Amino acid sequence: MAVGTDGANKTDWEARQRGSMGNPLVTLTPALPKSPLSLEVNGERIDCLVAPQKTLLEVLREDLQLTGTKHGCELGECGTCTVLVDGVPILSCLELGVACENRSVTTVEGLAAGAELHPLQQAFAELGAAQCGYCTPGILLTAKALLEENRAPTRPQIVSALGGNLCRCTGYVKIYEAVELAAARMRGEAAEPTRESLYGH
Amino acid sequence: MATDGKGGKDRDFQVVGTPRPRIDGVAKVTGQTRFADDLILPRMLWCKLLRSPHPHARIVRIDTSRAAALPGVHAVVTGGDFPIPFGVLPVSQDEHALCPDVVRFIGDPVAAVAARDEDIAAEACRLIDVTYEPLTTIGSVDDAATTPAPQLHDYADSGNLHKQVNLEFGDLEGGFAAADLIREDLFFYEGNTHLPMEQHAAVAEFSAAGKVTVWSSTQCPHYVHRALAKVLELPPSRIRVIATPNGGGFGGKSDPFNHEIVVAKLAMMTGRPVKICLTREEVFYCHRGRHPVLMKIRTGVTKEGAITAMDFESYLDGGAYGSYGVASTYYTGALQTVTYDIPSYRFKGARAFTNKPPCGPKRGHGTPQPRFALEVQLDKIAEELKLDPAEMRLRYLVKPNTITANWLRIGTIGLGECIEKVVAGSRWKERYGKLPYGRGIGLACSSYITGAGVAIYWNEMPHSGVQIKCDRGGGVTVFCGSTEIGQGSDTVLALIVAEILGIEPADIAVVTADTDLTPVDLGSYSSRVTLMTGQAAIQAAERARAQIADAVAAKLNASPERIVFAKGRVFDVENPEPGLSFAEAVVVAESRFGTIGSVGSYAPPRPAGKYRGAGVGPSAAYSYSAAVAEVEVDPETGIVRVPTIWIAHDIGRSINPALVMGQVEGSVYMGLGEALMEEMVYRENRNVVHKFPSMLEYKSPTTWEMPDVITYLVEGPDANGPFGAKEAGQGPLLPIMPAVANAIYDAVGVRVDEVPMSPPKVYKALQAKAKGAEPRFGPTSTPHITWPEPVCVRTPAEGGDGKATPRSTAVPTA
Repeated sequence: MAVGTDGANKTDWEARQRGSMGNPLVTLTPALPKSPLSLEVNGERIDCLVAPQKTLLEVLREDLQLTGTKHGCELGECGTCTVLVDGVPILSCLELGVACENRSVTTVEGLAAGAELHPLQQAFAELGAAQCGYCTPGILLTAKALLEENRAPTRPQIVSALGGNLCRCTGYVKIYEAVELAAARMRGEAAEPTRESLYGH
Repeated sequence: MATDGKGGKDRDFQVVGTPRPRIDGVAKVTGQTRFADDLILPRMLWCKLLRSPHPHARIVRIDTSRAAALPGVHAVVTGGDFPIPFGVLPVSQDEHALCPDVVRFIGDPVAAVAARDEDIAAEACRLIDVTYEPLTTIGSVDDAATTPAPQLHDYADSGNLHKQVNLEFGDLEGGFAAADLIREDLFFYEGNTHLPMEQHAAVAEFSAAGKVTVWSSTQCPHYVHRALAKVLELPPSRIRVIATPNGGGFGGKSDPFNHEIVVAKLAMMTGRPVKICLTREEVFYCHRGRHPVLMKIRTGVTKEGAITAMDFESYLDGGAYGSYGVASTYYTGALQTVTYDIPSYRFKGARAFTNKPPCGPKRGHGTPQPRFALEVQLDKIAEELKLDPAEMRLRYLVKPNTITANWLRIGTIGLGECIEKVVAGSRWKERYGKLPYGRGIGLACSSYITGAGVAIYWNEMPHSGVQIKCDRGGGVTVFCGSTEIGQGSDTVLALIVAEILGIEPADIAVVTADTDLTPVDLGSYSSRVTLMTGQAAIQAAERARAQIADAVAAKLNASPERIVFAKGRVFDVENPEPGLSFAEAVVVAESRFGTIGSVGSYAPPRPAGKYRGAGVGPSAAYSYSAAVAEVEVDPETGIVRVPTIWIAHDIGRSINPALVMGQVEGSVYMGLGEALMEEMVYRENRNVVHKFPSMLEYKSPTTWEMPDVITYLVEGPDANGPFGAKEAGQGPLLPIMPAVANAIYDAVGVRVDEVPMSPPKVYKALQAKAKGAEPRFGPTSTPHITWPEPVCVRTPAEGGDGKATPRSTAVPTA
C-alpha cells in the first residue's frame, strides 16, 4: 500500500483518479511515498521523512517549521526564499528537498550565534535595512555568502551580488549601507552609520 | 530647544528626532516575525479558490459534486453561500466573496475548497464544473463610454461609467482671459501594481463557542472586521481580526478581500482552522493598484510667473469593481492646488468599469497621475516663457496658512526650501540645459496628505485610538489598532510614548492591529498613521503622566506642574535629587489611584469645504517634496538610465529620522519603477488577459537599476502633527516620474507624455523628432463622454463659504 504524505492510502488515490474521469485537464499525481532525508540545517543533523516532490522551501517551512525562510513567487523570480546550501546562495523554491541529502543548509534562523546577532543582522536592524522584513532573510544570506568570499566588497560588487533579490520597501539603499557597515565591523573596524545615512544631507 | 508642535512650551526632546532602530528590527532580521503564511494551527485545512477564465460572463451552472467527493476535501463553497455583497466604500458595496451570477474579470473567484492539504484543494478546484455564457467585454475607458450595456454594475452613474465628477471653483473664464499663455496637454499614466514581496495570506479559526478569528496580511483590520460582520451576518463582537505584520502593502492590502471572507466561512463550516496563501499570479488578480489615467490639462499663466486658471480632466480605467475608486477619482483632481497657487480651477473626472482586475489605492493614491501631468506641463510652460523651471515654481508656491481655491486648508509648506536643496545639491544652475546630448536633468515637485481628513464611512468617532497600561514594574504597554506594514508604525508609537513618559522605548511593549485587544485605528493608508496614532498616543500618554504626576507630587510635597519625567525618573524640577524611578512612581500612583491606564484618541480637523466631493483632499497637514533626476538616454535604443536622484522632503519634524530616510528612499525607488518600467497591461481586442502576472515579466527595479539617492530632510514643525511631524511614506514618490520625464527632455529633446517611459516610447519620440514631426510620444485624444452639470463653488478669495452655489448661477461647462 502506498502511503501518502498525510496517510492517504491507495484507495484514496483510486477514488481521486475516478473523480478525474471525463475532465482531460485534470492530471492527478499519485501521492508518492515519503523519502528519508538526512541533512544538516543550521549546524544540526536532521533525519526526516519528506514528500519527494517538495521543494527545499516547503521542507524547511512545512516539515521543519523553519518559517523564517519566506517566499514571494515560488517560481525562482524574486530571491526571497534564498538559503545557503554548502555555503552557496540558492533559491530554495527551485531545489528539491531530497536533493539536499547530506548537504549543509543555512537559514536565517542559523545566522545568529546563540543570542548574539550576526554583524549583518545587527547592521540591518540598526539602519532600518529591514522595513517590512519579508525579503530580509534572503538578502541576509546572500550578503553573508558575499562577505565570506570578499571581506571588503565595493558598492558595485554588493549591487551585483544582490541583483537577484527583490526588495520593494527600501530602494536597496539602506541594504547596501548595512552590508558595508557589517563588512567593516567584521574586518575589525569600529564603524558606525554615517550621519547622511540617518539624517540625510 | 524646540516647540513641541502643539503650541506647547519649548522643550528638549529625549527620544523624538534621534535616529533609532525599529522596535521590531531584531525580530525581522532573525526570522522571528510571524507573517500570515507563517501561522500553522493544529488540524488546519488549506483553501484554494477557483477563478474565472472569462473576462465577463454569466455563470449558467456550477457543479461542485465531483470536488466535494474527492477524498480529503472538507467543504466546497460557491457564490450561493455568500449572498451579501461588500466593498470598502459604503457607496461601492459591489463585491461578493464568490461571484454568485456574473464574473467580471479573468481571476474573479467563483468557488472555494477547504481540504486536507493544498494539493488536494487545488485538485478539487479543477473538478468543479462551471458553465459560462460569455458577455460583451468592456476592455477600456473608450469601450465603457461607447458600450453602456451590458452594465458591469447597475449602480454606476451612467452605463459603464462608474463615477463622474464635475467641480468648478472660481471664475475660470476670467482666469483664462487674464493669462498671457494657455497650454493644453494630454498625458497618459499606465496602471501598475504594488507587488509586495509577501503574497496575501489569511488564516481563520472558529470556536464552537461562536467566535471567528481571522489573521490576515491586511493593512486595514478594521475594514476587514466590518466586511466579515456584514457578509457572515455575525455581530462584530463575535469576530476577531488580527492583522499580521504585512510583508509590504503599498495600498494593495487595504481592501477587505474575497479570500479573507471565504476562509472565515470555511472555518465556520468545518470547525477547523483554514488557511489560504495566494499564489503570485493571484496577487496580480487582487490588484487594487494604480489606475490607468488619461488626462487633459489646460493651464493659463502670466509672463510674470503666476497661474491664473487650470482646467483638469481625468479618465480612469477602474477595472471590475468599485474598491476605493470613487475616492481615487476625486484624488486625481484634488491636490493640484496645494503646491502652486491656482486661483480658479475646474476638475472633471470619470471612472469606467472595465473587465479587468479592480484598481484601487497604490502609494500616492490617485495623485501621481495628475502630478505627472502637472509637473511635465509646467516644464513645457517654463520653456515657452523662457523661465528656469525651478525659479518659476518658486514664484508659484502656495502661501502657508491659506485655503486653496478648492477649499483645502494649507498649514506649513516647506516646498521652497525643498526646491532650493535639490537645486543646490544637483548643481542645477550649472547643469540644466547644459549637459551633452544624451544626458539631462529634470526637476519636479509634489505634495501629499498626512491622513485623509474624512473617514471612509461617515461617523463622528475618532479615526485613531490608543490605550496605555502602566505596569507597577515600570513597563508600559501601548495598544492601538494601527497596522505595521513595514513603515515603522509600531516604533512610532513606542517613541512617542517614551518621549512623554521619559522612559526608554525598550521599556514599552506595543500591541497593535487586533480588534479584540486594541482600540480602533482606521488602518495603514493615506499616510495617516504617524499623525493620527501619534496624536492619540500623545493624549493617552499625557493623561497617564498627569495621573502619575499627581501622586508623585503629593509624595514629594510639590505641585504637579513641577513634576518632570525624564531619563527613567520622575522628580520635582526644582528639587531633582529626591526623585523616583519611573517604576517607583507607578507604584506610588497605583497605590493611590488603583490600576494606572489611560486612553487617547484623535480625529482630524473638519474640512473647510462643504460641497459634495469636499471630503477627498482635506488633511491635517500636507507634506512637500522636490526632486531632481539625472538621466542618461541612449538615442540608439531609447533606454533610459538614472544614475542619481536628489530629493528633499518637508517632513515637518522627524520622529525618527532613520525611518523617515527609509521611507523617502523607498518612495524614490517605487517612483522610479513606475517611471521606467512597471505596467499592468492586458492583451487587447476585449480579451483582457493579464499579459504577465509574474514577477519575472512584470518588470520592477533590481539593485542594478537603483540610482544613488541624495536625500534632504526639511524640517518645520506643523501645528497639527505630533511634535510637528508630517507624512513620509507616499509624498516622496510623486515627483520622481515627472522629474525623469523632464530630464529625458533635457537630455534628448523629446517629450514622453506617458508613464512608464519605456525604451520603445522614448525611441518612437526620437524617431518622430528625426522625421521632423512633433518630438513627442503620448496620447492625442480623449474619449467623448457627457459630463454632469458642474458643482460650482466660490473660492475663499471670492468670499465663498465652501458650499456649492445654487445651480441657477452655475456656469454651464464647455
